[in-house]
Amino acid sequence: MANMSLKKNEMPSQNPEIRKRNFDEVALGYTPEQAIDEANRCLNCKNKPCIGGCPVKIHIPEFIALVAQGKFEEAYEVITLQSSLPAVCGRVCPQESQCESKCVRGIKGEPVAIGRLERFVADYHNANFKGKVKKPESNGIKVAVIGAGPAGLTCAGDLAKKGYEVTVFEALHVAGGVLVYGIPEFRLPKKIVEKEVETLRELGVKIETNMVIGKILSVDELVDEYGFKAVFIGSGAGLPKFMNIPGEQLKGVYSANEFLTRVNLMKAYREKCDTPVMKAKKVAVVGGGNVAMDAARCAMRLGADEVYIVYRRSLEELPARHEEVEHAMQEGIEFKLLTSPTEILGYNNPDDKKDTRNGFVSGIKCVKMTLGEPDEKGRRKPVVIPDSEYVIDVDCVIMAIGTSPNPLIKSTTAGLATYDWGGIVADEQTGLTSRENVYAGGDAVTGAATVILAMGAGKNAATAIHEKLKGK
Amino acid sequence: MFEIIRKKELNPTVTLIDVKAPLIAKKAEPGQFVILRTDESGERIPLTVADFDREKGTVTVIFQKVGATTEKLGKMNVGDFLCDFVGPLGKATKTEGLKKVAVVGGGVGCAIAFPVAKKLHSLGCEVHAIIGFRNKDLVILEDEFRANTTKTVLMSDDGSAGEKGLVTDALKKLIEIGDKYDEVITIGPLIMMKFVCALTKEYGIKTVASMNPIMIDGTGMCGGCRLTVGGKMKFACVDGPEFDGHEIDFDEAIDRGRMYADFERHAYEETCNLLKKAEEK
Repeated sequence: MANMSLKKNEMPSQNPEIRKRNFDEVALGYTPEQAIDEANRCLNCKNKPCIGGCPVKIHIPEFIALVAQGKFEEAYEVITLQSSLPAVCGRVCPQESQCESKCVRGIKGEPVAIGRLERFVADYHNANFKGKVKKPESNGIKVAVIGAGPAGLTCAGDLAKKGYEVTVFEALHVAGGVLVYGIPEFRLPKKIVEKEVETLRELGVKIETNMVIGKILSVDELVDEYGFKAVFIGSGAGLPKFMNIPGEQLKGVYSANEFLTRVNLMKAYREKCDTPVMKAKKVAVVGGGNVAMDAARCAMRLGADEVYIVYRRSLEELPARHEEVEHAMQEGIEFKLLTSPTEILGYNNPDDKKDTRNGFVSGIKCVKMTLGEPDEKGRRKPVVIPDSEYVIDVDCVIMAIGTSPNPLIKSTTAGLATYDWGGIVADEQTGLTSRENVYAGGDAVTGAATVILAMGAGKNAATAIHEKLKGK
Repeated sequence: MFEIIRKKELNPTVTLIDVKAPLIAKKAEPGQFVILRTDESGERIPLTVADFDREKGTVTVIFQKVGATTEKLGKMNVGDFLCDFVGPLGKATKTEGLKKVAVVGGGVGCAIAFPVAKKLHSLGCEVHAIIGFRNKDLVILEDEFRANTTKTVLMSDDGSAGEKGLVTDALKKLIEIGDKYDEVITIGPLIMMKFVCALTKEYGIKTVASMNPIMIDGTGMCGGCRLTVGGKMKFACVDGPEFDGHEIDFDEAIDRGRMYADFERHAYEETCNLLKKAEEK
């Protein structure tokens, strides 16, 4: 008997007034009762449109039916047939534009809370499953994966399950990529990422940290000297963009990457930490994506009084997940929409050259925008309103306007074709690059996108690599 | 984990360590740098490669105890392990086609200038080294420079070692007496490099300066190490660390270097106090 409520079961979460000053996870997850109740909202309809909305094609109605029966561990097994990182995806996927956007319950009322159920199932498993993952029998074929982010970890996991001897090379000192340096603790606790990485290790995946491929070893050396039969490049889109406006070199201007890396990866929010981060009182974050929301909410948690999101389009066009925008608003982040920065202003005491405040940010000059005609992609182009210039007083500016792919591998791998903007040219289905047996996927190919799309690419490449190597 | 296999105090504040890192040793070239972390709560700091031994698989770094991390590093001993050691990062010094070069180092920067001088010397280039220190107690690598250059001029601020004066005085003198350099390579405090570059600009001598700004990952990801070179934004970690000295905005780089001055002073004092307490026990 289906639950015909038009609304999703709310997920318990920390009170905004309290959570805006701590780094503990915001959403607390369903109880088993809430999960079963929500699972009963699924009609298990014939066409299963939700699966079509999932980049990794999880058998959604099947796992939800098992949740409804209280068979949580079985539900976990169904999810992990397709996804190697369910606890992560349940938290960071933009479900509202993927699986849930296709749900028939969404036609009248809210769709089934697929993301929350996925999260529940993964957390239940992680809390209750005591066994060890069984390491598959090795087929002796070595595959190298460059980058331990969502694309690389997924590719590694899928290949390891098929018996390949996979080594993942990671440039930073921990595995996880954007899951550890970018997405903050309060949205994705790091112990969840650690747990997922641990599972991969149990599957036999070797993870070599501190290895900047392109510098310490080249792709060619991996193939020629180390005997890797295939290489998957999932090196992400790590290079931050700036706006090229005056004042970006002032002290107190960060790329979102730097700010988030200091806070998340280097744990600068903790008392006992050697890595500094500026604890500003008034912060402007430029941009409207998930990264901008993450940066704004981190700044609030570091003790800011006022945090602004400065975005040149309107609320409707904000690319961030709905839930993140909602959470940010609840936490008191102020949205300066249809606003675009033209200059960052710095403090300068003309009478005292030694004034320690000199050279630090004092404000951000902005113009107001209006939305003009839609461009070829259908997005309405923001247009400057004349004489609308004004200054917001801030002491820190964080640029969250996107990233581009890292050139380190491109520049050291002969014959690897890339686009002008830096992305690696790769087949959409298989991830095969212009080099034989070299595959690529995730942000390194698409430019900055989502965790789940990167996972989808890692998965497709794993399938293609297996097809190519299995007969040998 | 990366083992420290040799440690040598070069002067009261400058220490040399050899770290076992065979893969990095195999690839490292003068001009490149590594990023290290002493322990799990440690900061990632960049240090330029001072030397390497491809056979023994070791990389040498030389550092000055100026902050919390370098203080911690200075307390580590042979047999201790660094938690992380990443590299070789950045681009190597360009040495092709150089016939006569002046290498100008200041303070601990001489440690980074040394492998550059050594490599050029081994390639048959005529190398004049000008190395400057505050006083005689702080002099490092003098013998090494003398053994690997055609000429080494030692300078000190107070005249207690070599000649009294600044490295720019010595460089100017050499240029004036007719030494024609294809290139000047300068490594040291920003303020020194700024004046070296200003001097060579007058004489129209191409000059390369090695920058070592604040950075985290060292692979282009954080953008913290950004500099303005020729009016354009550059990342020291991937575009450098060496740049055309006549194009670098040194004043901006000096200012950006002070971003965490307060934090660093506190952290440094705290670390010193902790270490002092530990020693008293």
